[in-house]
Amino acid sequence: MIRIENVSFAHGAAPVLHDISLDIPRGGITALVGANGAGKSTLLSLIARLAPLQGGRIVVDDLEVGACRSDELARKLAILPQTADAAPRLTVRELVGFGRYPYHKGRPGRDDHAKVEAAIAAFELGALADRPLDTLSGGQRQRAQVAMTYAQDTDYVLLDEPLNNLDIAGSRALMQLLQHLAREHGRTIVVVLHDLNYASAYADHLVTMRAGRIAEAGHPTEVVTADMLRDTFGTEAGVHHVNGAPVVLV
Amino acid sequence: MPSDLSLTGAAPAPLRRLLPGQNARRLALLALLLAVSAAPYMTLGSRGNWGFVLPFRGAKLAALVLVGMAVSTSTVLFQTITRNRILTPSIMGFDALYVMILTGAVYLLGGHGVMRLPPTGIFVVNAGLLVLASLALFGTLLGRAGHDLMRMVLTGIIFGTLFRSLTSFLQRMIDPNEFAVIQVGSYARFTQIDTDLLAISAVVLLAAMAAAWAMRHRLDVIALGHDAAINLGEDPRRGQIQALVLIAVMVSVSTALVGPVAFLGLLVVSLARLITPTPYHGVLLPSAGLTAGIVLVGGQTLMERVLALSTPLPVIIDLAGGLVFLILLLKGLRR
Ligand SMILES: Nc1ncnc2c1ncn2[C@@H]1O[C@H](COP(=O)(O)OP(=O)(O)OP(=O)(O)O)[C@@H](O)[C@H]1O
Ligand SMILES: [Mg+2]
Repeated sequence: MIRIENVSFAHGAAPVLHDISLDIPRGGITALVGANGAGKSTLLSLIARLAPLQGGRIVVDDLEVGACRSDELARKLAILPQTADAAPRLTVRELVGFGRYPYHKGRPGRDDHAKVEAAIAAFELGALADRPLDTLSGGQRQRAQVAMTYAQDTDYVLLDEPLNNLDIAGSRALMQLLQHLAREHGRTIVVVLHDLNYASAYADHLVTMRAGRIAEAGHPTEVVTADMLRDTFGTEAGVHHVNGAPVVLV
Repeated sequence: MPSDLSLTGAAPAPLRRLLPGQNARRLALLALLLAVSAAPYMTLGSRGNWGFVLPFRGAKLAALVLVGMAVSTSTVLFQTITRNRILTPSIMGFDALYVMILTGAVYLLGGHGVMRLPPTGIFVVNAGLLVLASLALFGTLLGRAGHDLMRMVLTGIIFGTLFRSLTSFLQRMIDPNEFAVIQVGSYARFTQIDTDLLAISAVVLLAAMAAAWAMRHRLDVIALGHDAAINLGEDPRRGQIQALVLIAVMVSVSTALVGPVAFLGLLVVSLARLITPTPYHGVLLPSAGLTAGIVLVGGQTLMERVLALSTPLPVIIDLAGGLVFLILLLKGLRR
């Protein structure tokens, strides 16, 4: 479980997160949604210690973020930031290979090579494996980044808008893979999504953020309503139900 | 957001990586080349007493190789922690800072005061001051301007010009008789190397190189950027500070031995990246060190022994290195 207690954060003088407390349960997909600038990326980067905590506490299972060893956390939790700009000259295989660094610290073994190849296969990157990232399309690069996170093989995976640049096949394949990881391997996936229909279709929990605070949390069928769209996103959109699942009309 | 209209069907780009083992073969080839260029340096054009020539030239050869390794390693470290391939410690004014500290010492203590101190002591104090000064100046800069190439270039130009102007200002205030004491001039010299400092330089440099080598895997990760490094469990800030200390130490060694080297670092590291294209410092560090040795020893052999020193080697190196700098800068700004 990821336990967030009374976390506040400010960029300079501008407050971004206001006293956030939230439990993200173990196992399953938790989708984090909210308007641009609501503080989703900031919250994720605090959980993954990319920015230092200013107030409050975050605990991942038994590891306290900021107090525990960073390399120990790297074997428990992986993050894919919203703008991942890792060295553009790396090849896909080299990038994915770095996902194993927390385990081998620079000396990959046979097991590490096998996991890298498995990640490359899982994201259908075989034909691109030896291409430098800066020769790939935006969606192909995004798949390579997610594959690196996958190769890191952690219990907790934080993904900030992983569907960026992916076409519908790529988006569905990624969400199905995440669902498989959550259901079959007990992984905990926290994913920032902008497309509420993907969120309702795949998430087990939906958390909404509004201006630096948690607004609603619950199962997508309870949370995704026309009222929520008005309050959280400030837009009037209809919500229908298809086979019991909410679908936002865009 | 990059536009993404070509998810499939993009033309395959040419392979930029070598096959496994090819990097190792190229490293071996570089080592061979270095040995081949060292042999004529030791033997060519000497008349008479080998018992005198060999140790004399051997010391100079060792100094050239040490300088090459110091300059190339510090350049690689600097480019990794600043995440660019254009700037080097020299371009950012590290060696100008060293000369300024030395000149300041002569100004304060007087040339004879400095002369009376042991050269090793001066070197150690100077190197220590350079470490502190570069942490103060560049340590704060790294976190902030790290991604803004233009800002780093301008900062380097301002620092370098400032240090050099202060140095010449101090030199003007120094008694002309004491002026000769400032052994480190404003240009590099590979013919008259100060071999007094060779032993201490070798010890300090080997320690710094060992530390850099021990960091090689962490440097690979730090090169991925702040967020990616933290995600993989490395603290980029700690690595940057450690690298900065090593850079200051290695710049001290090379500047004390041969003076400021300007574009040598950029030239040899850019060459090494072409010869052994790799994201791994375990390959790049030795490759850059060997390339630097070849450029210095081979170049010096050509200049001193074959062409009988018509043009000083630093002029050629700076010409070539300066050209590389311009090309990289224009390419980097266009990107
Ligand atoms: N480096 C920064 N300096 C100052 N303010 C920042 C910085 N990064 C983010 N902010 C501000 O913090 C707030 C939250 O940003 P954050 O990136 O967490 O939003 P988000 O919910 O992820 O938005 P989006 O959906 O657009 O990605 C925004 O108001 C943003 O302007
Ligand atoms: Mg965001």
